[in-house]
Amino acid sequence: MSGSFWGFRRENGRVGVRNHVIILPLDDLSNAAAEAVANNIKGTLALPHHYGRLQFGADLDLHFRTLIGTGANPNVAAVVVIGIEPGWTGRVVDGIAKTGKPVVGFSIEGNGDISTIASASRAAKDFVHWASERRREQTDIAELWVSVKCGESDTTSGLASNPTVGNFVDKLDAQGAYTCFGETSELTGAEQVCATRAASPEVAAKFLKTWTAYNDFILANKTNDLSESQPTKGNIEGGLSTIEEKAFGNFQKIGHKTKFIDVLEPAEAPQKGPGLYFMDTSSAAAECVTLQAAAGFALHLFPTGQGNVIGNPIVPVIKLTANPRTLRTMPEHIDLDVTGLLRRELTLDQAGDQLIDLAIRTADGRLTAAEVLGHREFVMTKLYRSA
Amino acid sequence: MSAPDFLVHDSTDNVGVVVVETAQAGRTLVGWVMDKDITVQLLAVDPIPLGHKVALGDMAADETILKYGHDIGRTIAPVVRGGHVHVHNLKTKRW
Repeated sequence: MSGSFWGFRRENGRVGVRNHVIILPLDDLSNAAAEAVANNIKGTLALPHHYGRLQFGADLDLHFRTLIGTGANPNVAAVVVIGIEPGWTGRVVDGIAKTGKPVVGFSIEGNGDISTIASASRAAKDFVHWASERRREQTDIAELWVSVKCGESDTTSGLASNPTVGNFVDKLDAQGAYTCFGETSELTGAEQVCATRAASPEVAAKFLKTWTAYNDFILANKTNDLSESQPTKGNIEGGLSTIEEKAFGNFQKIGHKTKFIDVLEPAEAPQKGPGLYFMDTSSAAAECVTLQAAAGFALHLFPTGQGNVIGNPIVPVIKLTANPRTLRTMPEHIDLDVTGLLRRELTLDQAGDQLIDLAIRTADGRLTAAEVLGHREFVMTKLYRSA
Repeated sequence: MSAPDFLVHDSTDNVGVVVVETAQAGRTLVGWVMDKDITVQLLAVDPIPLGHKVALGDMAADETILKYGHDIGRTIAPVVRGGHVHVHNLKTKRW
């Protein structure tokens, strides 16, 4: 496998596959102004969310890391930040500014929504003009950062669509790319096998410590055996009976050869060079993809069984399925059909190559089903209650 | 071979996954054991929906179900060869 794609090289050297100008609210109170700016200025995208007030400790750190990481993602050309007050707004602006990309912040207290919207709209307009003149350049595929996460999985995920992603990861890893998987809780039952895929005993120990902490949290808070939560109702409908079965299916996404070289905190950017990274995340689709995007991953592969429809505002999410019923009943959500694997009409190697081809076309600019259908699920992970 | 009715991940597994929408009770199903690339047959004794598991042998309660060559839980009721294996007779050993 070899290849290149046409991407947007950013000021810090990273390469994006989209060219968004985003209006990023610091907190829930600023959503209205952010959405008003995005309505005024065509070519911008608001990312409303529910949090940002009275958070503290590790939860507040994660809030900032997610917002700054989202703004810093190379799929974003420029950012307007809006917050209720200037202090925390400035903290997000300063974090994003380290990438060298255009970013400016506005705060509402003392100005009101209308005046803030006017000022922010003028800045956003200038950013859109500037961003619209950025040009794609040919880039080696090793510069494509790809995250993976499955959803509404069923047994066809473990048989075919997840192994297709695994084939992709093995091939891209050999090219020196950055890849990332997560879903800590959903590796339960396969955690010891997963640990054997760590690149060193230290990384394996770090992974097991992370998994144990998440599992302890679940055991402390659960009120039953998690039936219908893990596996979900949809998973059970699709034939998955236990978390162990789901975990071994999930785990197919990292292929057969690739070892993971580090364990990342939620939304933490990779720091150990090219390779596969594990990130500590929830297994809920939008939460996981939002965290991976905030760590800098620019393209996402999402195998589904029963038909999860998730998208992300800044990262193209490519959906593949091996379930013939899902393909028949909700084809508008599926970018790649790998049902042929179940009929033995397609080999895993061929399916992996088809996924690489589609990933390159998507990186070049082809819109995904989720983008065309307007799926922009931006979901912040909250670790605990606010103060 | 033609398209299989069910797939088995690993030759040590005691369940397979039905990949067609036509696995009625009384039908002989053709299965493909993926790691060994061999074909097996069994008689479905229950209707088994697409994506659901079929037992490859008789099992008592409290036996370990193997899939991917790994432990995915335990039976909580007896299971017969060709029967439907799911949440009514298979339960996690975790949580």
